[in-house]
Amino acid sequence: MTGSIPLPGPEAEGLLRVLLLQDFNTRIVVAGAMLLGAVGGLVGTFLMFRRRALIGDVLGHAMLPGVAGAFLVLQMIGLARNLLVLLIGGAVAATLAGLAVLWLRRATRLGDDAVMAIVLSGFFGFGVVLLSIVQTTGGAGQAGLEDFVFGKTASMVTADVQVIAIGGIFVSGLAVLLFKDLGLLCFDEGFAASLGRRVGLLDVTLLAMTVMTALIGLQAVGLILVVAVMVIPPAAARFLTDDLRVTVIWSSGIGAAGCWVGVTLSAIAPGLPAGAMIVLSMAGLFVIALCFGGTRGLFPRWRDGRELRRRVGRDHLLRSMLEHRELTEATQIESRTIQGLRMWTAAEVATALRAGRRAGEVIEVEPGIWRLSERGALEAAALVRNHRLWEHYLLKYADIAATHVDRAADRIEHVLDPVLIRSLEIEVGSAGTAESPRSPHPLGHDPALPEGESNS
Amino acid sequence: MSVQRRKSDSAIGPEHDPDAAISIHDMTVAYQRRPVLWDLDLDIPRGVIAAVIGPNGAGKSTMIKACLGLIPKLSGSVRLLGQDPRSVRGQVGYVPQRESVDWEFPVSALDVVCMGLYRRIGWFRPVRRRHRDAAMVALDRVGLADFAKRQISRLSGGQQQRVFLARALVQEADLYFMDEPFASVDAATETAILEVLRELRDAGRTVVVVHHDLQTAREYFDWLVLLNTRLVASGAMQEAWTPDHLRATYGGRLTLLEDAGRAMGEAGGLKQ
Repeated sequence: MTGSIPLPGPEAEGLLRVLLLQDFNTRIVVAGAMLLGAVGGLVGTFLMFRRRALIGDVLGHAMLPGVAGAFLVLQMIGLARNLLVLLIGGAVAATLAGLAVLWLRRATRLGDDAVMAIVLSGFFGFGVVLLSIVQTTGGAGQAGLEDFVFGKTASMVTADVQVIAIGGIFVSGLAVLLFKDLGLLCFDEGFAASLGRRVGLLDVTLLAMTVMTALIGLQAVGLILVVAVMVIPPAAARFLTDDLRVTVIWSSGIGAAGCWVGVTLSAIAPGLPAGAMIVLSMAGLFVIALCFGGTRGLFPRWRDGRELRRRVGRDHLLRSMLEHRELTEATQIESRTIQGLRMWTAAEVATALRAGRRAGEVIEVEPGIWRLSERGALEAAALVRNHRLWEHYLLKYADIAATHVDRAADRIEHVLDPVLIRSLEIEVGSAGTAESPRSPHPLGHDPALPEGESNS
Repeated sequence: MSVQRRKSDSAIGPEHDPDAAISIHDMTVAYQRRPVLWDLDLDIPRGVIAAVIGPNGAGKSTMIKACLGLIPKLSGSVRLLGQDPRSVRGQVGYVPQRESVDWEFPVSALDVVCMGLYRRIGWFRPVRRRHRDAAMVALDRVGLADFAKRQISRLSGGQQQRVFLARALVQEADLYFMDEPFASVDAATETAILEVLRELRDAGRTVVVVHHDLQTAREYFDWLVLLNTRLVASGAMQEAWTPDHLRATYGGRLTLLEDAGRAMGEAGGLKQ
């Protein structure tokens, strides 16, 4: 009986009641779901870094034969449907499946993906067979079995939340106690073993934690989607930080938030299944993290890439203008000439010139005619020097064909840091200055390097 | 244990030299059904920097891993510092190959170095201030004190290698196994690693290094183990480094042989 949170009164008032957790039922459902989300995010972080994200899926699906088998056994000995017995059945089956995965990948040369696919489909197929037997024998409580497949979040009762709470506390406690060792297991299994850490035991512990999580997730989101609770939050957290502790906190938070949003949405629109809404909410949070995540998100990366492109464009522009000036002795240059100096499009030149004008490095004397500003000339001289240093360095130390040096130098100089430049100056020695261009300022030891300053 | 060996004189005592840092007896290791190491008998004395050298697939890494108990042996026995490897884990340090881990893992250089202390910290206990202080000292020793807080993927390959070395240093072991610490690192890192190895040796520690570069081997190490599935030679560098041994190790690999020849010439000139 997939009921939903009762909505008293008109829509708006009902929404308010749900959001403010005024109903006891609502409170139960929200608390249970958020707890599950937090625990899933916690365990999932370690699974993801152990490259076992899909094991949650295997364990979830493998619970079906356990639950159905336990139900059949109960029916045979004439007992009523008992939640605890069904859950134990599920846990036994999931543990067997997990051990089967661990054993198969050790004992055979099948890949992880194949092993997991085999175990998942094998157990789930068996579960479907058992489920159909249950249906043909027509037990009284059989409808309840289908709740395990898709979850029954909205009709969770206190007993369900108690199961979630006990399991959740147990699993999080283990994760906190074993935090550093699970982290080491994920990062460097071989080193862990060399320290005498029982890698196999740690893996089985992580498996047990996963089974527990899948078990409590069974109540809320069902065995098919329970994997999402363990995979999506850590994957989203991955875009937000570069610290394992913070990853775990974000992951748990995203899990809890996703569950809360999902439950609330399904309460507002009673027709929608809460379990699926939870998964969808998490997926939404994942997309947000993917796009805007602080360290690895798409938008920050695009922004960094644009920043780099701009700097490269500026460097090319300044260098071309200075070299042109020294070659022709003319201080002014047409934008069309600049375009000819490099393989640039008119638009690229225009963009670079506009940016240069904003930075005060180039000046538009009259439409289409440009010259370097005093500052721009100094910057350009530093760049040219930097570039030549690289050229010499590559010619001297790396076996790069001389004809390719310019291109290689172009790429590297944009990532050159001041310390390296100084060491290059020393290494290249006088060779660096021998062929340097006549330049408005001395080329020897110039502290005003482009990377060191912060304009634009 | 097998008391009746084919060598009759071994009946008078244990097969292992109790004074050796590493004593391997009759060790065979196989992956699936393909033996990678055959009947290895080997002693490495204490207080040396030893190079384990041989062609690809010669079983160099396998030897280290089997000594550490990371992979099962088909037969044979190993003594580290005169004892069963399991009972001296606290005295044995390990630097795995840099490629063996995912450097995108969200930890800082300092976090990684702290891992070397996990055994001492024990189960269920967190890393504390004094542990981080010890890790900082180790990082400083490899010249990376300024990079302690940096996420490890933002370090260069050489810096990553030095982080691994610092993690081993913090173990304060008497015996170290290092798997290709000099593989594709920059010159500064190579110098820094070598310096640390020499400090360790001068402090009486033993370091066993899987090495791939014949050019530098003779200059860097004072003990040589030549390996090609079987043991070709093991001994002090001056004695073991002979054309015959190198040829036996590298077999028909002509280019490598030429390298070896050139290396020998150069190393001979460089010899102090």
